[in-house]
Amino acid sequence: MELEVHVIHYLIVSTIMMFCGIYGFFTRKNLLALLISVELMLNAANINFSVCNRYLFPDALEGHFFSLFGIAIAAAETAVAIAIIINVYRNVKQVLTDDITDLKG
Amino acid sequence: MSLQEISFYIVAACIAVCSILAVTSGKILRAVTNLLFVLFGTAMFYILLGYTFLGAVQLIVYAGGIVILYVFSILLTRSDKDMKYRQRRAKWLSILLASAVGAALVLFLILTNDFAGSLIPQGFEYPVHEIGKSLIGTDKYQFVLPFEITGVLLLACMIGAILIARKEK
Repeated sequence: MELEVHVIHYLIVSTIMMFCGIYGFFTRKNLLALLISVELMLNAANINFSVCNRYLFPDALEGHFFSLFGIAIAAAETAVAIAIIINVYRNVKQVLTDDITDLKG
Repeated sequence: MSLQEISFYIVAACIAVCSILAVTSGKILRAVTNLLFVLFGTAMFYILLGYTFLGAVQLIVYAGGIVILYVFSILLTRSDKDMKYRQRRAKWLSILLASAVGAALVLFLILTNDFAGSLIPQGFEYPVHEIGKSLIGTDKYQFVLPFEITGVLLLACMIGAILIARKEK
């Protein structure tokens, strides 16, 4: 199988994903919507790792494994974050960023 | 145009549009559906690159696990009524400007950098048994230690999630 798409096109798509994630992370107020933006950013980073591995070092597999571990850690992070969000909902009955100010000094 | 190029551009357009919709849509279930399409598109990217195992993992873990978790927790926390709160207009404008400038800067750096030039290697699909051997080997460029640490991390976060989300008696 030959690769016919230039590396820059992959990087442009992942840049769009990354900055959509950053925009959503700062504009959303719902905690779950915030988490969706984080997923977008993590995916963009994973795409970059595997694309750079594939095009620049096609004999190695480091980027591939980095993406693999990145996916596993993203799953762990999501599980813990959703547990925390459900706990927040149980206490204050809504999941907004403005509600979680109790830890402020 | 070859079949690979056509499928790449379709998937790329789908990812770009869906990731914009995922952060702008007003209903959170729609945002999650758009996120699901972005994740499918990412899996397609991995398959197009020749990393079919990574694409399968992406489909199983994200589409099968994480999105279901999102949908359940959205329904559990009745999140849709919380989506009407928005940032103030001045703050929203400054965020939009900052992300647009950042994206423009990164795109400029990518487009002006001639890294890889037109270096397009002859590829082949990596066999799964080689990936498995790299995951459990202890030599150079083999990854048994991160693999085990990921296992411990998953166990720890499972216990943590149960402890945090458990109903207190």
